[in-house]
Amino acid sequence: MKSSAPLFFAFIVGVIVLLSEFIPHSPFNQIVSTLEGWFMIISGFAILLGQISLIRMNTHKIVHKLDNWQYHLAGLISFGLMLVLGLLWGMQETPGIMGDAAGIQAWLGQKPFDYLFENAYLPLSATLFSLLAFFIASAAYRAFIIRGLESNLLMITAIIVIIGRTSIGTMLTGWLPENLQFWHFPNLADFIMEFPNTAAQRAILISAGLGIVGSSLRIILGIERSYLGGDK
Amino acid sequence: MISIMNTMGIWLAAFFTLCIFSFLYKDNPFYKFAEQVFVGLSAAYWLVYIIYSIMVPNLFAKLAEDFSGNMILLIPAALGLMMLMRIHPKTQWVSRYPIAIMVGTTAGISMLRYMKSDILQQLTATMINPFAAATTAEVIGNLLMIIGTICGVYFFYFSKKQEGVSKAVSKVGIWFLMVSFGATFGYTVMARISLLIGRLDFLLGDWLHLLK
Repeated sequence: MKSSAPLFFAFIVGVIVLLSEFIPHSPFNQIVSTLEGWFMIISGFAILLGQISLIRMNTHKIVHKLDNWQYHLAGLISFGLMLVLGLLWGMQETPGIMGDAAGIQAWLGQKPFDYLFENAYLPLSATLFSLLAFFIASAAYRAFIIRGLESNLLMITAIIVIIGRTSIGTMLTGWLPENLQFWHFPNLADFIMEFPNTAAQRAILISAGLGIVGSSLRIILGIERSYLGGDK
Repeated sequence: MISIMNTMGIWLAAFFTLCIFSFLYKDNPFYKFAEQVFVGLSAAYWLVYIIYSIMVPNLFAKLAEDFSGNMILLIPAALGLMMLMRIHPKTQWVSRYPIAIMVGTTAGISMLRYMKSDILQQLTATMINPFAAATTAEVIGNLLMIIGTICGVYFFYFSKKQEGVSKAVSKVGIWFLMVSFGATFGYTVMARISLLIGRLDFLLGDWLHLLK
């Protein structure tokens, strides 16, 4: 019962959504929009569940003084600080429980949540992702020394696209005559993006689409049930 | 006062930027600290964002405005609370109901959406007359597009062992995929370098005022 009833619900809602495509009249179209609204609300709770899980994990590490517990404490404090500031005084145009924080805004220049977002979250996020530039360079080097046809294709395309999309590409092959303009780096990059790249992306989309259709059908029919977890 | 707080904000941003860049030397306490702060801030940011953009307008505000008229919203609220019962091992099974409803809805929506956009529309766009193009380069491009799409799709056909002619077709598919991955890689490199330039511009310009 504990696992068969949820499967029945999944089947019912899945079939209703499918039927709504073929019967675009009341009540099916209303049921689908209602289900989509519910989906968003439940997703909100699902994200809350994830955050609770994060707090529990961090708290466990701090209480039991596991490795690097001090850093997890810093993470938990920053989480609590950002959450409290956001709930009390809101974000951007949205007021919080305590209103718009006009007094604090006059002192800080913006809402406390936005201040923290702009001066801590954004720099951290941008720097973390910019750090990947160095690791990508190292990965490129490793791919280059493999020296297979496939890895060479990958690297040559990457180099053409990078050069073709920057001003150096225009400078390097700008002197080519009219009848050789195809080999001008920006034109070559455009050609790669428009044809071979589109072909491969289409192949991926079609194949993934077929996979998603198959998986969805398995879920609706109750064949795929791993999302319910174990029999606890 | 605002100017002092702005300066403090810039120093805070510079501190976190340097903490993250310190990882280029080796893993160290400053990086670990900044990493965990990022995790905490990120989680809280998304939670606050979800509360204000989804939960309040779709649930709490509607119930507060007209409770009796929006009583049906108590169902997703109850399902959401059932989802939270996953925290405790003994009540974990209760969360299967909201998960099943979410997964069933997603499966139904995805099946139709992907069938239309990712299969039928992509197939239609590929079924073109390759020779009806203005230039030779476009004709070659169109032919490459058709061949690449067919071979690429064939590469993902794993139900039968690929040998002989089918292996050759699959190999051509891999070449096209590699070209596409190369293009994606190139774009990713440029995006990351652009972020790096942004951070260096911040450190040298906004923080140290070395750049005008």
